[in-house]
Amino acid sequence: MTHTTVAPDDKRDVRRADKAAASDRSKAENRLGMRLVAPAIFLMLLVTAFPMLRAIYLSVFNYSLTAPDDREFVGLSNYLTALTDSLFWETTLNTVFIMVVTVAIELVIGFAFAMVMHRVIFARGVIRTSILIPYGIITVVSGFAWQFAFSNNNGFVNAWLPFVEDNFNWFGEYGSAMAAIMVSEIWKTTPFMSLLLLAGLAQVSEDMLEAAKVDGATWWQRLWKVILPNMRSAIMVAVLFRALDAYRIFDNIFVMTAGAQGTESISFLTYRQVIEQFQLGIGSALSVLLFLSVLLIAFLIVKIFRVDLAAARQEG
Amino acid sequence: MASLALASSLLAACGGDGGTPTLNWYVNPDGVDTFKTYAEECSTDQYDIAVQELPASATDQRTQLARRLAAEDSSTDLMNLDPVFVAEFANAGWLQEIPEELATEITDGGDYLQGAIDTVTWDDGVYAIPLWANTQVLWYRKSLAEAAGLDMTQPVTWDQVIEAASSQGGTVGVQANRYEAYVVWINAMMQGAGGAIVSDTEAGRDATVELDSDAGRKAAEIIQKLADSDAAQADLTVSNEGTSLGQMFPEEGPGEFMVNWTFVYANYKGLIGSPGGPADEQEFEDLGWARYPATVEGEPSKPPIGGIDIGLGAYSEHPDWALEAAQCITSTEAQVDLAVNDGLMPSTNSAYDEVAATGEFPEDLLDLYRTSVDEGGPRPKSPFYSQISSAVQSSWHSPTSVTPDSTPQQSADFLTEVLAGRSLL
Repeated sequence: MTHTTVAPDDKRDVRRADKAAASDRSKAENRLGMRLVAPAIFLMLLVTAFPMLRAIYLSVFNYSLTAPDDREFVGLSNYLTALTDSLFWETTLNTVFIMVVTVAIELVIGFAFAMVMHRVIFARGVIRTSILIPYGIITVVSGFAWQFAFSNNNGFVNAWLPFVEDNFNWFGEYGSAMAAIMVSEIWKTTPFMSLLLLAGLAQVSEDMLEAAKVDGATWWQRLWKVILPNMRSAIMVAVLFRALDAYRIFDNIFVMTAGAQGTESISFLTYRQVIEQFQLGIGSALSVLLFLSVLLIAFLIVKIFRVDLAAARQEG
Repeated sequence: MASLALASSLLAACGGDGGTPTLNWYVNPDGVDTFKTYAEECSTDQYDIAVQELPASATDQRTQLARRLAAEDSSTDLMNLDPVFVAEFANAGWLQEIPEELATEITDGGDYLQGAIDTVTWDDGVYAIPLWANTQVLWYRKSLAEAAGLDMTQPVTWDQVIEAASSQGGTVGVQANRYEAYVVWINAMMQGAGGAIVSDTEAGRDATVELDSDAGRKAAEIIQKLADSDAAQADLTVSNEGTSLGQMFPEEGPGEFMVNWTFVYANYKGLIGSPGGPADEQEFEDLGWARYPATVEGEPSKPPIGGIDIGLGAYSEHPDWALEAAQCITSTEAQVDLAVNDGLMPSTNSAYDEVAATGEFPEDLLDLYRTSVDEGGPRPKSPFYSQISSAVQSSWHSPTSVTPDSTPQQSADFLTEVLAGRSLL
């Protein structure tokens, strides 16, 4: 009892206190906060900043793992090579294409799934779990599963689709191979999207929906005028996360086509330079460019859609 | 629990509660049973040899070994290397150099076949010990050659083979998918015309690109001729070592001429009476073999060389034992067993003599293999081989688009740019 009465008093005291006193306290809190996150920041720097700096360092050399003695400093010429090479732009375009299409489709399907998970009144656990299962599957496994599904020898997709010939080779040409890759990607990550959107749906107050209903709003109007505007920040966070993720697509391409038929993504191009050809210099330059593009995409999404990450986390 | 299990498996992997140390031998998945037998036989009181299997594809084998060696893995003691990896790995400092005495024995002892010796030398040193040596020969249907009036007792050229096949409704089997064996074909044809894809490979990035040459144009001419001819197989652009096997004894038609590795003989022998193989012993007798086709009439062909060399990890904790073990697993006895059990042909004259004595293979076939390996030509030995190969594949594929006027020149320009680091692959 005493505790509950003291606490509000405390708060009032703080509010009443003058500015200097308040900032003293907040300063102390800030210091404590810094000390608490310091170990985490140190660890993050160790495991992320070091490789990044190392990649930047390597990217200014012409350096092959199989000819360590021939390593030479070439300044920014690796970047110049990458940025003037048509292959770089083809793969970038490919990657952007995959990102835009998959995120758009995932957003729509993910929202439908989120609605189902939110509204369902029976077998809630079972339904939520089954929607989330694909997300629990390793991407490589999903890639193989869909590769078999699309295979013209033992797959079922050709048999199920009425307008496709039975021996149609999905991985034989660009368009169909990209479609297969995207299907696998969408199947695997839509649950993640719906999970983020479900959190947003939970934020929409039932009172507002009731009020809209009383005012005679249709289901469609409630969706567009009440639900979506109120979960805008959650949608944007979901789009941001998935877009960054999709831009780095690698596993599905590696498993399903290994980059054949021009289906290479920018991550795959980087992988081939570093891991297959041992070209650490140009490979690192590509990694740095990949990192910068991810930063750019994050910046654009945050700025264009004015995403407020704090609002999404229901802070302040 | 998980960490406990992990710790115990790690301990087990180290093989050592103070007992005999383990030498790890990384092998490619051909002939693994024979490798396991020899791992056991070559283990001593001082050390045990453990066979570790590598993935099936050559690219994956190379990547996996390279990752270990780049991290200076001390548990990689012995490894099976595709010949084209030797220069790459040796130049990176990942392979122990073979001591002079043994190196001289390999290069000048007279027992090893020249083609096999070529695969283990790099920059004046010997960096691996040949285990088995592969080569390609021309496989054909005797009845087809006879009908076309082609005298197979004399060296034949690509032009003759293509013309003979198309005149009788037969086909010519090659490897022209976008992969390593396509480079094997192009390299062999260029060497047969006295050229090479690149020369002065010791210069690394500054190696001289020789694709834009008469030899390059001649190779392009042959590819174009085959692609435009009726003798081209339907799946030419995606053909590999397996795709043309079925065309030798087809249900209809006179069969084919096919360049392919040594496994072909045992393959058809095992398929007598089965689908894809000869109908009976008599049809099997119709299978002929001859030296790899010449690019230019009158100039001896340079059959491709493959096989496996044993390399010693530079960071091994037991380099002396590894060397001893490598000598044991490449012994004549082991080579004979690999040939008889797995059809993987030897790299030495003495092993060939013993294989001949077993009577498992026709004597003239063994002679053909031995001469082919002895007089064959390796692919370019370069620390940048993987880039050279990929660049050639990318410019020369598809075979249907190859033209002597532009392909050699374009591919030379591209490869030069790639080697200089000015173009992405």
